[in-house]
Amino acid sequence: MSKPQGKTMPVREKPKFKPDTLKRVLKMLISFYPVLLPVTAVCIIFSSLTAAAPAIFQQQVIADIGKFYKSGDWSAASEVIIPKVLILVCLYVVSIVAITLYNQLMVIMTQGFLNKMRCKLFEGMQNLPIKYFDTNKHGDIMSHYTNDIDTMRELISRSIPTLLQASIIVITVLCIMLYYSLWMTLVVLLGVLLMTFVSKKVGGGSAKYFMRQQKAIGKTEGFVQEMMNGQKVIKVFCHEKECQEDFDRVNEELFNDSFRAHAFANCLGPIINNIGNILYVVVAMVGGILITTQVPNISVSSIIGGITVLTIDKVVPFLNMSKQFTGNINQVTQQINTVVMGLAGADRVFELMDQKPEVDDGYVTLVNCAIDADGNITETKERTHHWAWKHPHGDGTLTYTELKGDVRMVGVDFAYEEGKDVLHDVSVYAEPGQKVAFVGATGAGKTTITNLINRYYDIADGKIRYDGININKIKKSDLRRSLGIVLQETNLFSGTVMDNIRYGRLDATDEECIEAARLAGADDFITRLPNGYQTELANNGSNLSQGQRQLIAIARAAVADPPVMILDEATSSIDTRTEAIVQRGMDKLMEGRTVFVIAHRLSTVMNSDVIMVLDKGRIIERGSHESLIAEKGTYYQLYTGAFELE
Amino acid sequence: MIKKLARSIREYKKPSILTLVFIMGEVIIECFLPFITANLVNQIKAGIDLNDILKTGIILAISAIVSLCCGGAAAYTCAKASAGFAKNLRHDLFTRVQSYSFQNIDKFSSSSLVTRLTTDVTYVQMAYMMLIRTAIRSPMMFVFSITMAYIMGGSLATTFVVVVPVLIFGLLMVARNAMPAFRRVFKKYDRLNESIEENVRAMRVVKGFSREEYEKKKFNAAAEDICKDFTKAERIVALNGPIMQVCLYFNMVFVLIVGSKLTIESMGQTIDVGQISAMLTYGMQILMSLMMLSMIYVMITMSMESMKRICDVLDEIPVIHNPENPVLTVADGSIDFNNVNFKYNKKAKKSALSDVDLHIKSGMTVGVIGGTGSSKTSLVQLIPRLYDVTDGSVMVGGVDVRDYDIKTLRDSVAMVLQKNLLFSGTIKDNLRWGNENATDEEIVEACRLAQADDFVQGFPDGYDTYIEQGGTNVSGGQKQRLCIARALLKKPKILILDDSTSAVDTKTDAYIRAGFKKFIPETTKIIIAQRVSSVQDADMIIVMDNGKITAVGNHNELLENSEIYREVFAQQTGGAENE
Repeated sequence: MSKPQGKTMPVREKPKFKPDTLKRVLKMLISFYPVLLPVTAVCIIFSSLTAAAPAIFQQQVIADIGKFYKSGDWSAASEVIIPKVLILVCLYVVSIVAITLYNQLMVIMTQGFLNKMRCKLFEGMQNLPIKYFDTNKHGDIMSHYTNDIDTMRELISRSIPTLLQASIIVITVLCIMLYYSLWMTLVVLLGVLLMTFVSKKVGGGSAKYFMRQQKAIGKTEGFVQEMMNGQKVIKVFCHEKECQEDFDRVNEELFNDSFRAHAFANCLGPIINNIGNILYVVVAMVGGILITTQVPNISVSSIIGGITVLTIDKVVPFLNMSKQFTGNINQVTQQINTVVMGLAGADRVFELMDQKPEVDDGYVTLVNCAIDADGNITETKERTHHWAWKHPHGDGTLTYTELKGDVRMVGVDFAYEEGKDVLHDVSVYAEPGQKVAFVGATGAGKTTITNLINRYYDIADGKIRYDGININKIKKSDLRRSLGIVLQETNLFSGTVMDNIRYGRLDATDEECIEAARLAGADDFITRLPNGYQTELANNGSNLSQGQRQLIAIARAAVADPPVMILDEATSSIDTRTEAIVQRGMDKLMEGRTVFVIAHRLSTVMNSDVIMVLDKGRIIERGSHESLIAEKGTYYQLYTGAFELE
Repeated sequence: MIKKLARSIREYKKPSILTLVFIMGEVIIECFLPFITANLVNQIKAGIDLNDILKTGIILAISAIVSLCCGGAAAYTCAKASAGFAKNLRHDLFTRVQSYSFQNIDKFSSSSLVTRLTTDVTYVQMAYMMLIRTAIRSPMMFVFSITMAYIMGGSLATTFVVVVPVLIFGLLMVARNAMPAFRRVFKKYDRLNESIEENVRAMRVVKGFSREEYEKKKFNAAAEDICKDFTKAERIVALNGPIMQVCLYFNMVFVLIVGSKLTIESMGQTIDVGQISAMLTYGMQILMSLMMLSMIYVMITMSMESMKRICDVLDEIPVIHNPENPVLTVADGSIDFNNVNFKYNKKAKKSALSDVDLHIKSGMTVGVIGGTGSSKTSLVQLIPRLYDVTDGSVMVGGVDVRDYDIKTLRDSVAMVLQKNLLFSGTIKDNLRWGNENATDEEIVEACRLAQADDFVQGFPDGYDTYIEQGGTNVSGGQKQRLCIARALLKKPKILILDDSTSAVDTKTDAYIRAGFKKFIPETTKIIIAQRVSSVQDADMIIVMDNGKITAVGNHNELLENSEIYREVFAQQTGGAENE
């Protein structure tokens, strides 16, 4: 059973049948469940065989009744009938055991499989480069976990077993039908052909409208999203009526498509069913004609027993067989859509799993260290507030370099997309303990520089050295660990405020977290929250103001106590008074360490050691606040307000 | 809850009822079919009179065609009814949200409203479709089949006295045990998906702190937990099939043994062979219809969660209403706060505003300054009655804001919100929000005043430039100026700018203020700003801290009297005290 899905699976392109994907899904299933899968398959086969076979005995019993009922001699009849019924009972017992077993096993396998897929997907995703997340819509990534996995659930839990079961029944029944009569079997097959044709036609119509419905849903969602976001503006302008009218238009469109899609889909059942009913009549008629005209009957039984004519005791069971046959064909046709959709979902899941992970071939690692009076470095386990780069060399020796926070970029070029350079020949020298600021309009390349330092992206040309080490040699996770970053767009996680701060360093004690919050100027408002540090945050901390969230993010970076800090518009939503408090705290924490600051507000960067003014990917001015003011260039114009930064 | 939702069916009652009628027709035929088939079989057996067979055959074929028509018609009306119900539901939800006041809006996040209007409504639509298609079908099928079984099978039908209660009991047990398990696991599942979304959004943070392994571990544990719960719940449901099969098989064996005995002993008098076949078919139908009923039960219970979420929106009562006999004109732009206390929530311990007593004369320019969370925005939001005061009163033009017609008040009090927004559409469309009937000249004039005309004219399409959703194709400063122009088009008596020029450079900011002074001198202007330069030439500057007005005065007075003001001023001018 799945959550009521509606028919809202995304139909991005017309799904096609993909045998390779099916093969891969089955392969994975087998590798996950090498024992359970065959057992389940056997159970399915058993249960379907036992579902088809009893019909023969049933009919035989009924035929026997026909033979005996004129005599009225039950004791004679029971000798024939009871054994048959007993066989039937045995078959039923086997069938029930098989069904119970396979239903239970199927659940275990389906859920296990989905779980493993989810975990694989998530694990793979953690290793993808930032570029993937920058170039794919988050909604699209999410739909792999929700829609695509759900379609796979249907595929595995329902479609595959149903198909297996139905095809076994179809084959069995077909054999039995052939056992009775070839001619009548041909009639049935013709009818099935018609059914398939019709279901394809009607199904096609419904698919078309389902796709349209999907589009209409998307449009409605977009519209509603815009309006819900702007609800307060609507109120201020008393614009409710106009919005309602616009909405009703979009709503009407959605209704039209949704209505048609479902009308088509709902039709399919009655149509197929009644074709089955009519087929039943046709088969009966043909049977009657065959009997009266005494046409020689060709059948499997006739091959063994010599050609005979068709008789009543063959027509009656045959009729029942034909019903079972068409019923199962119907089952198969109904599954085809699900199979195709499921495979399309699986395909998209595989696409994400097959993404190339971020390569990390760095071998220089970050360690805590102790430095004695002579400047000798020894590696330590505990935190010492000193760090060193552990550098193994080809000859097996190890060297330790003290982490000072000396970051140099020389002649760096970079482009997110081929041909569209974002940075040209950028050189930045940040000496240990310096505060380096970047100023510039949106799109000037400020954030890009930080993206390169922590290797979210790799540079195209030039070099970046960290304490004299090529950053490509440093293990990415260690490189990033050495850089505390606070981004403009604050992302908090569900959990308590304390959890969120501790995210910076998982082994930090409560006291250390609170101390960090104090440094970040966040302690004040946190203690005033209803549950203080234990207040639960949800929805990216939507119960806090943007400024408060930024303060928590700063505390999170502060608790990590990183050797180098990058503040990318980290205080943009904090008022200047609080900002001053934050700055004092951060200055204390980062004393003697390197800090990169990106800000749009000049008061944030004024006290930096070096300020770089970026314009269209080039550094056009650099120097201290005083020297830049004296230069009377772009920075001066910004400062005096002659320019607007956006 | 269901009653409340049912109110949205309205004009689609007719197709809903028609669906029931058509389905009834379909069911009746479907129930007679086994009877006719039994007849056919008997006729074939009795002797081959092709004419008789043909007759029955034609009856059967006609029935099938009628049933097909009924089924098709039901498919049509049912789709119409359910899609229409969904449409009305969305309409009602949207209308309700439009009637919300700010306090109501604050309760729901916009994304949750979007989900309610789309996904949740779709679930309800599916449940409704299922309901009207099967709600009558299964019980009817059940009653009919049972009746027919008694008529045809006579004493044979006693098997159902045993089988039916057993099946009902079994299915109910399954549903009752599975439902709570499912509800729990779905909640967890939603949370898991939320945490994935969180992770995707925060990927830079995750990688920045090298927390990939930690996240994987966290996720695996949560996923494992959900997998266990899902398996547990689904294994209960997986018992449905076997229970059904047991009943079905029991029924068959019973009919075959007892039926054959009865037939033979009575020499075909009590029961004949055809009846035995019919009994088997009816037995199948009876059990199937029960199975269907249990599925509807499950489906509806599952969509309960969605129904509840929809009802939450419909049940939310707008806090602010138009008064009876409202005042329809605003005399002037004077504003009086009389001992105002304000809490966002009655239960909140902390007041957002306390003891505010403030009197602003019409035509004044008032600056408001204060740190994050000092309630600057709360203060001005009371003027256009976006929220109602908890104690005291706010008067505009000498009349309590609660006595005005809301539209009159809000048309006279134009507020540019801090979190401002342009809508997708042309610049002109957006500006006309201020005044639907604004002429092109008026629009240009407003834009000149807001210092927006220059850059708008600079766009290739000028005032017809299309603004993307969220206004992503104009810069923050441009967006703010367009929003000011939009507010100006109302020709308001009071204009409130809530930090509305933060992204505008100081020079342009100064031009805007100079323009206000020159061209709209009678309008009362309230300017909230982070920048001291934006307010320092105001007639009156209000310094706020922690929900209280700590100082009121002009720039020079405040430099003397207000510690906070001095500090902010010093901070922003780099310590240079002299202007």
